[in-house]
Amino acid sequence: MKIVVCVKQVPDTEAEKRLLPDTLTVDRESSNPVLNEMDEFAIEEALKLAEAHGGEVTVLTMGPDGADAAVRKALSMGADAGILLTDPALAGSDAVATSYALAQALGTTEYDLVILGSEASDARTSLVPAMLAERLGLPQLTFASKVEIDGTDITVNRLTDYGHDVVKAQLPAVVSVVEKINEPRYPSFKGIMAAKKKPVAQLDTAAAGIDAALVGAGAAATAVVDAAQRPPRTAGVKVSDDGDGGVKLAEFLSAKKFI
Amino acid sequence: MAEILVLVDHADGAVKKVTLELLTKARALGTPSAVFIGAGYDKASEKLAEYGAAKVYVAEDGELDAYVTAPKAELLAKLVADTGAAAVLVPATAEGKEVAARLAIKTGSGVLTDAVDVSADLIAEQSIFGGSTVAHSKVTQGTPIIAMRPNATAPEAVPAAAERVEVSVELTDAAKLAKVVEKVVLPKGDRPELTEASIVVSGGRGVGSGENFAIIEKLADALGAAVGASRAAVDAGWYPHQAQVGQTGKTVSPQLYIAAGISGAIQHRAGMQTSKTIVAINKDEEAPIFELADYGVIGDLFKVVPQVTEEILKRK
Ligand SMILES: Cc1cc2nc3c(=O)[nH]c(=O)nc-3n(C[C@H](O)[C@H](O)[C@H](O)COP(=O)(O)OP(=O)(O)OC[C@H]3O[C@@H](n4cnc5c(N)ncnc54)[C@H](O)[C@@H]3O)c2cc1C
Repeated sequence: MKIVVCVKQVPDTEAEKRLLPDTLTVDRESSNPVLNEMDEFAIEEALKLAEAHGGEVTVLTMGPDGADAAVRKALSMGADAGILLTDPALAGSDAVATSYALAQALGTTEYDLVILGSEASDARTSLVPAMLAERLGLPQLTFASKVEIDGTDITVNRLTDYGHDVVKAQLPAVVSVVEKINEPRYPSFKGIMAAKKKPVAQLDTAAAGIDAALVGAGAAATAVVDAAQRPPRTAGVKVSDDGDGGVKLAEFLSAKKFI
Repeated sequence: MAEILVLVDHADGAVKKVTLELLTKARALGTPSAVFIGAGYDKASEKLAEYGAAKVYVAEDGELDAYVTAPKAELLAKLVADTGAAAVLVPATAEGKEVAARLAIKTGSGVLTDAVDVSADLIAEQSIFGGSTVAHSKVTQGTPIIAMRPNATAPEAVPAAAERVEVSVELTDAAKLAKVVEKVVLPKGDRPELTEASIVVSGGRGVGSGENFAIIEKLADALGAAVGASRAAVDAGWYPHQAQVGQTGKTVSPQLYIAAGISGAIQHRAGMQTSKTIVAINKDEEAPIFELADYGVIGDLFKVVPQVTEEILKRK
């Protein structure tokens, strides 16, 4: 089985994120770029499926030059190969364009299954997995908390507002995973060393068959008009419980008219 | 005035509050047309009329609910083409955003998520980066699709005709690839829904067990609040995943958020830091949750929570 995991390099999870005042794009310079946390769960699931059913795991990322840090992390966890889709023309792509670019890049390789994290910690739209399924004309098995494969049958538990749906489809398919699905492994020292020798193919728009007019900031179907940072929240009153902490809290709630 | 399509969020005809919020917003943008997909329209019609749906496109065909999101997007795409709608509003829930995603590709349109407001010229206000930045954005291609956060608008009843228009769509094979073979519905108590509640009381790892969540529930009931949980509490199996607040759970923005035994990890803060008033109860004085709390009690939640509950009941 051939599995491709689409991953994204994002600003450090813990860093204060902001839009650059001039370009209104995400500030990616002021913090360390990391592999999107949720994508670690996607990689882990791919590795587990490949271990159980035999197969190969390739990671695909679209990003600026240097976004191979995300690919390297995935390779050190155990993925077999990487594809880095990078081209200045892609900068500023929105979800619509990103899904197009990923769909085209996927066309350069063979796969039975595409796995993504259910959202990226920077934009947090959760749009790309569903858009990719739509573009590829493949089953959309998103928000999966469990994935089972039997031959070409795939069954997932899809988390919903009311509980979960059990969803069945045939491979090839597009899956997105939630963080309930597994516990991502840490790269071992051996894994980190081995990753250095694994192949990472680099694609530009032409090599991926991407029409450059359909991607990048110029082609975006949405535009940020303006943005402002909210003043950070400040800590208010802090009291130690000396036996009457609950009473004091009730007084606060009462003063605020919650009671 | 052009039609504004509003995708109705409902459970077997019980209309979710977010739908009433979307209808309220849609009224400022054009003529609201609700789109009702699934069973139970008879139960829904009155509410949709009360909150201003001039028309309701009703698609009760069970096929539309039998597959993951794609059928809904196909129906909406057909309605966008047939009505020349000026915009489509959907709830910014996991499913709403995915329907929006597919619709955007089908109609060649841009989509904006997590909008907390939208102006008459279709500029959406978005709360991004866990609420630390407010951005204004617009769709520059196709028919704007805007996913609106629940609980960001006060719904206003302005009755309209809610003229029923039956609609259907011949589903493509591509829409029938991911078949829902079973719906597992967890029992839902009488408490308000998390994303709709004006007060939320959440428990974290500090609560210690599923049984202990009873003290969180008692406080919630004393305040008429919804119950939330951190991922640690959900992963431990103490509370169902629908109650998870945070990056991968629900985003809530209530008048009052009480966090008990929650440290305040960035992924948790991402789902609650735009709450109007935040209260934290934690025995660790250094817990990051205190950095955003308007009122913090450093103490044992097993003492503080029952005491505040008792006080509230006494004062009521
Ligand atoms: C991809 C990803 C997505 C995530 N999404 C989410 C999400 O959506 N929501 C979420 O919440 N987390 C999420 N997390 C997890 C997050 O990083 C934290 O691990 C989690 O929020 C911790 O939960 P907690 O605060 O309950 O537990 P802890 O961090 O363990 O904190 C427990 C707190 O309880 C206090 N405490 C203990 N006993 C008592 C007592 N008797 N009285 C008072 N206080 C007490 C402790 O001092 C401590 O501060 C995500 C993580 C990842 C990697």
